[in-house]
Amino acid sequence: MSAPYAKLPAWADYGLIPLINLTVAFIVAGLVVLLIGENPLRAAVILIDGAVGRGQSIAYTLYYATSFIFTGLAVAVAFHCGLFNIGGEGQAYIGGLGVALVCLTFDSILPWWLTFPIAIAGAALFGAAWAFIPAYLQARRGSHIVITTIMFNFIAASLMVYLLVNVLKPAGSQAPQTRTFLEGGQLPKLNWLLEALGLSVRSSPFNLSFLLALLAAFLVWLLIWRTRLGYEIRTRGHSAKAARYAGVSETRIIVITMLVSGALAGMMALNPVMGDQNRLAIDFVSGAGFVGIAVALMGRSHPAGIVPAAILFGILYQGGAELAFEMPGISRDMIVIIQGLVILFAGALEHMFRPGIQGLFASLSPRSIAVEAKQGERA
Amino acid sequence: MEFFNTLIFLLDSTIRLSVPLLLAALAGLYAERSGVFDIGLEGKMLAGAFAAGAAAAISGSAWAGLLAAVGIAVFLSLVHGFASITHRGNQIVSGVAINFIAAGSTIILGQAWFAQGGRTPSLGGDARFGSIQLPFAEALSGVPLVGDLYSDLLSGHSLIAYIAFLLVPFTWWVLFRTRFGLRLRAVGENPAAVDTAGISVAWLRYRAVICTGVLTGLAGTYLALSQNAGFVKDMTAGRGFIALAALIFAKWRPVPVMFACLLFGFLDAFSIRVQGTGLPLIGHVPVQFMQALPYILTVVLLAGFIGRAEPPRAGGIPYVKER
Repeated sequence: MSAPYAKLPAWADYGLIPLINLTVAFIVAGLVVLLIGENPLRAAVILIDGAVGRGQSIAYTLYYATSFIFTGLAVAVAFHCGLFNIGGEGQAYIGGLGVALVCLTFDSILPWWLTFPIAIAGAALFGAAWAFIPAYLQARRGSHIVITTIMFNFIAASLMVYLLVNVLKPAGSQAPQTRTFLEGGQLPKLNWLLEALGLSVRSSPFNLSFLLALLAAFLVWLLIWRTRLGYEIRTRGHSAKAARYAGVSETRIIVITMLVSGALAGMMALNPVMGDQNRLAIDFVSGAGFVGIAVALMGRSHPAGIVPAAILFGILYQGGAELAFEMPGISRDMIVIIQGLVILFAGALEHMFRPGIQGLFASLSPRSIAVEAKQGERA
Repeated sequence: MEFFNTLIFLLDSTIRLSVPLLLAALAGLYAERSGVFDIGLEGKMLAGAFAAGAAAAISGSAWAGLLAAVGIAVFLSLVHGFASITHRGNQIVSGVAINFIAAGSTIILGQAWFAQGGRTPSLGGDARFGSIQLPFAEALSGVPLVGDLYSDLLSGHSLIAYIAFLLVPFTWWVLFRTRFGLRLRAVGENPAAVDTAGISVAWLRYRAVICTGVLTGLAGTYLALSQNAGFVKDMTAGRGFIALAALIFAKWRPVPVMFACLLFGFLDAFSIRVQGTGLPLIGHVPVQFMQALPYILTVVLLAGFIGRAEPPRAGGIPYVKER
């Protein structure tokens, strides 16, 4: 059996094709803007200016990007093992429960820098726990992980509404949310970091968890490409049969991968819950778990691609909010369309332009392609 | 007698609530039996509901709404087919993309065209599929038991509801008694064998996803033009996924699909009914638990504790011709 597509030079594979896919996604999004009677170019200018024009907006952009780095990494780790974790949304939601329980317990007795590591553990533990059941069912009983993680998103949503309304809500309060954490449960802001670069930031939710996200990206790279476990994960992702033949325990590798994935998704909760709102509120994830799918696909499941992809989506989120002020016809839901188009063109249709580009390369330098093809035949 | 009336009322709302589930689940049945997984049922239903609401509001005709809904849902199905059949993309990824595109564009276009916060204008009269009285319903309504069952329970639903339930035997007949159905099931189990027999795998799968589009369009039309008087933003509210759950629960067979949808519809009706009140024997059941129950049941089923759900064997795998 030959692979369906011949090889291209690496720069075309990792640079050119994603860029073309992305461009097409944005062109189609531009057509939607045209359809509602606005000028797409003007919209793009407002959006970019609203996201990176001032120090304040950059801080907001990076705040959103923080969440997307976590959820993007979560999806990517599962991708490497050949698993599709759609449950990032639910895992992050439950992760928020872990953060809130830690903060509510320790915020009056510990300073934030002691609460923080416990909260990280809480978020990771709760997120991982929510991923464990789908992982176990996939590994041992063959239940399709896509379906179980979707179901677990809904179960998580019901569970959290129940807990917030009936258990966590302080007595006498109407809003379904926990009490506000004291200082020991609040992460310091990172506005000074941007101010050190000469930008002015009045107030923003940009907080310490951004650095944790970058650290997590580095650790994921280390795990996937520099450890034995990562090698086993990638082996299973390439060929489950080969992994089995090489003596990799399928149950173990699926469960461990999903625990890592769930933990990363859960840690996303640190950003809004401990870093910004300082309380656990209903629906605080608001789709960040799903954005992770687009981010992982765009970043080709590599941390070096995920961080910029997350920042791009941060730009879209922040810029989209500004855009809604300027163009009343466009709300932040525009981002949902762009997200869908990116998933479609960078994910499902990623091979659409490949034959054309291959033809182009073949006509430009026939020898390089011929050599590649011969190698492909031998392999 | 009061218990009986409550029961009739409960069953009546069960039927109403299970119609969109049934249409969407049958829609998924065609695609998945042909080996194309479709988690974009939700998005197609939503887009269909929006198109129905918008077209009915502009034209004043429910039929125009139906046509628009089916049109847009088939178009999205073809996008799914183009990605997953022609370009052999990941079917799950493509379905997720369609869900997002539908969720975003229905709100954006709704706001741009009607400026009512993502709703379409409220509809009435000919712009909706209203309830139909079955023959003799009026005359029989006084008769005890029969009158209640016939006039209150079976009569008085919309045209689409009756179509939905008639589609169950029809789908069974198509899948298990026609040549098309045999080939469709074969292509979902072993596409290479179908290909060897000289039948186009791609064209068969395209026809299956077109069926899916038509039925999701119907489901959307029911939501916007029968159950409600117009489109409301995010009105599918996860029904596409419950339908998917019902499909798995029924192990990809048409008649059990109907019962699974009725079960999930009943759970929905029941949770609305008992909201805030207690139950005999069990006491107070949190409404959130009732809402989560279809999903929990599906997970338990998938885990193999109540029988095994075996998906079509070639499901999710793009077909590559041997070269």
